[in-house]
Amino acid sequence: MRHDRGMTPLLQLSGVCKRFGAVVVADRIDLAVPCGQALGVIGPNGAGKTTLFGMIAGAVTPDAGRISFDDADITGLSPARRCRLGMARSFQIPQPFAGMTVFENLLVAAEFGRANRSAAPARECVMILERCGLAALANRHAGSLTLMQRKRLELARALASQPRLLLLDEVAGGLTEEECHSLVALVRDIHAGGVTIIWIEHIVHALIAAVDRLLVLHGGAVIADGDPKSVIGSPRVQEIYMGIPADA
Amino acid sequence: MSARAFRIERGGLAGACLALAALAALAAAPAFAGSANLGLLSQIFAYIALASLWNLLAGFSGLVSVGQQAYVGLGGYSLFALTMFGGLHPLVAALLSGVLAVILSFPVAALLFRLRGAYFAIGSWVMAEVFRLIAAQIKPLGGGSGASLPTIIVTGMASSRQAREFMIYWSSLALVALVLGLTIWLLRSRWGLALRAIHFNETAADSCGIEITRVKFVVYAVAAFGTALAGALIFLQKLRISPDAAFNVNDWTAFVIFMTVIGGIGRIEGPVIGAIIFFALRETLSDLGPLYLLMLGAVAIVAMLKAPKGVWGYLVDKTGFEFAPLERRIVYSLNEGNNPAAPDSKGDRP
Repeated sequence: MRHDRGMTPLLQLSGVCKRFGAVVVADRIDLAVPCGQALGVIGPNGAGKTTLFGMIAGAVTPDAGRISFDDADITGLSPARRCRLGMARSFQIPQPFAGMTVFENLLVAAEFGRANRSAAPARECVMILERCGLAALANRHAGSLTLMQRKRLELARALASQPRLLLLDEVAGGLTEEECHSLVALVRDIHAGGVTIIWIEHIVHALIAAVDRLLVLHGGAVIADGDPKSVIGSPRVQEIYMGIPADA
Repeated sequence: MSARAFRIERGGLAGACLALAALAALAAAPAFAGSANLGLLSQIFAYIALASLWNLLAGFSGLVSVGQQAYVGLGGYSLFALTMFGGLHPLVAALLSGVLAVILSFPVAALLFRLRGAYFAIGSWVMAEVFRLIAAQIKPLGGGSGASLPTIIVTGMASSRQAREFMIYWSSLALVALVLGLTIWLLRSRWGLALRAIHFNETAADSCGIEITRVKFVVYAVAAFGTALAGALIFLQKLRISPDAAFNVNDWTAFVIFMTVIGGIGRIEGPVIGAIIFFALRETLSDLGPLYLLMLGAVAIVAMLKAPKGVWGYLVDKTGFEFAPLERRIVYSLNEGNNPAAPDSKGDRP
């Protein structure tokens, strides 16, 4: 794995809090993601995973705390600004540009999602479509795709902005075993290309095959963080996440 | 990893040829059409321009304005002021009115963009009423009762009545060509890609790096320019202006919405078709009095129920033909594999 910049974290959250009414979805979260890391995030439903992504990507404003990207404070920046700084996300519920073609969906991200305009955005989009297995669907309206195809489009569109940090929100849910394998291979390939990844996923075995660090969220707080195998094996995680009593 | 050889197909050549042929035929119309017909055509052109610009706002940018009469009236009033007090040629004054509208549109948009959806619609209408009330305070232009364009300015344009009619006709034709050309160019450009993305999904557009507010400002300013230019030409044809006529929500927004919705909102061709349908109905039915308005309403209801995408949307669904397609399609070259490292250079810049 690459850690070109030594220990400088690409993304850092300090004391980030968020509550919706009485429900606390982020309780003083501190998190540092080094450049080149692939971080997996798991946690029961309602643990605050997607809200965490929302705060990192800029769609949700934290009540307190600070988020920095590449050593710059981005807490108050819009999602658009963060995208151009090098951050891209896939949405848990796919958000395609339904009336545009699959190719155009990528072109939007390639044209607007980068700090510097690309010389050949169209060619890069075509390459990404091939890489994500969407080449045959390039001219189809995104609105006519199946849910699985839309999820692949989410990933492809995120890649089209050439992010340094890629946020994946449950891209593997509902995939067959075979599709899941090819997705894991694709994510590993993207990671090997130097992209830092944070991946929220319920399919734990897929996640463990692709990440080098695992974080467990519960009730808006980080309850475990570290090497994937030992995190999964820890009694606390077994109890809270898998429903296995700690004394069993 | 290199991409397969491909090119991007936009289409629209047939539509462009047809449009140029129609433009040439219409430009030659003064040679054979009578004065009444030229006047009617000028009105249709102005309405196609207004409807296309409203469509750009509501159909492509989600800005459902009910206050575009603000800019029609502004255009008309600036034309009168600039010709009567500035001594400018009416056509120069019309262009300057457009520029003035652009300048004013920025503070107006800064206020209105704080509102969303229905609130934006109502806010835009309120803004137009403010414009109307201000116009009614301008004493040199007749206050609430309005003013007529002095004869000296009218005759200064061209000495004979026929020459003036030709001049107004050609100006209106130039206006509609400019507005349609500008709209098509804008929507097929990089800006259009952003606009369509915003139209289909604002959340995703934001997270793909598009500065949504900036894009909407530009579109609003473009619409203000064209709408004021149309307003100036409309009142140059009428030769008389009053606050109630210039800032009339029925004439300059309700009918315009009717045309756009009937023709096909969110499609470039829609407002053109809609304006033609509207004038066809008006010319054949307007003698019927109130019944005519009832029939317009009935047509609108039937269209919304049976063809919610409008007449043109219905036809496109049936035939697949578009005059000015906006989509980019990937076409892989047949000789792929022979020369994969050198894709068609057209593919580089969409």
